[in-house]
Amino acid sequence: MPIKPSFIIHTGDITHLSKSAEFDDADKVFSETGVPIHWVPGEHDIIDEERGKAYLERYGKGSKGAGWYSYDDHGIHFIGLVNVVDLKGGGLGNLGAEQLAWLEADLKDRSNSTPIVVFAHIPLQVIYKEWGWGTEDGMQALNLLKRFGSVTVLNGHIHQLAQKVEGNMTFHTALSTAFPQPAPGSAPSPGPMLVPADKLRTLLGLSTVSVVQGNKPLAIIDKTLAG
Amino acid sequence: MQILISQLRFATTRLVFNRGLAVALVFGPVVGAMLAFGAVAAQDATTKDANEITIDNFTFTPKELTVAVGTTVKWVNHDDIPHTIVEKKTTFRSKALDTDDSYSFTFTSAGTFDYFCGLHPHMVGQVIVK
Repeated sequence: MPIKPSFIIHTGDITHLSKSAEFDDADKVFSETGVPIHWVPGEHDIIDEERGKAYLERYGKGSKGAGWYSYDDHGIHFIGLVNVVDLKGGGLGNLGAEQLAWLEADLKDRSNSTPIVVFAHIPLQVIYKEWGWGTEDGMQALNLLKRFGSVTVLNGHIHQLAQKVEGNMTFHTALSTAFPQPAPGSAPSPGPMLVPADKLRTLLGLSTVSVVQGNKPLAIIDKTLAG
Repeated sequence: MQILISQLRFATTRLVFNRGLAVALVFGPVVGAMLAFGAVAAQDATTKDANEITIDNFTFTPKELTVAVGTTVKWVNHDDIPHTIVEKKTTFRSKALDTDDSYSFTFTSAGTFDYFCGLHPHMVGQVIVK
């Protein structure tokens, strides 16, 4: 890495089949970056025999439930949500009542001026229902975030870029480093997209967030002396 | 401030890919031999596969299957992506099925069993046991 970021957010699907060897390989690759990493699980990371135990043993320290948590960095409140467990037939991704109650409590005493970044594996908003690209109770989470002046919503799962701005909320997905997936409805299924080998690297990638000098007003963050 | 958002899975993907390649090379002659017997085997396939549900393109086929009490139904995953078979009331739940893995369940009582993929719940199917 030419410039080391403050940290990496991994939006899930660390592995293909939740196997120990796969987690080991991923850990080895990521440890080479020397950068702290914040994880949330994808559906591929919780299909071990005990359905998520392997993930939680490695990455669940300090998290609640199936692995959700929040932390503060650079004056920003970051929230990692898990929407890949206890999915219901015919439905979409799912946060569940326990996680939503936790989120409500987590946000309760935060001022509206606190910048929020929330990330989960499956999109919290519905991008394409027919392929399950959305979260059943995602709107309940987004409603809890509406009062904040700056909310950034990140997700993985769909292996392609999509962006949307809605009021104070900005939605961003990221490219995958594994394989590309087709645009919604453009193929019979969301399965891996076969592309010519020389095109592959144009469809894989990373997203970085940098401070770029612009003409927009800066965010004012209020903080009491109590912290 | 700089944050990097990523989905680094390339190491594991590369391993899976290499394994697939090795298997293809080693079993090249065996596949050839199987193809030679393909015509003979196909004769039995229609009766043998009556209680088999295949997964292709994130879809269960047939979507509805009617069987008699005591029948063993087999699900086979042909996708490059793992799937699981979960009955709505969790009467049965498979492990993760990788490409070409299968799962079988014997229905010992009559009823309608709705199931879905635990990873991609928009994939749904039904087994009716009479």
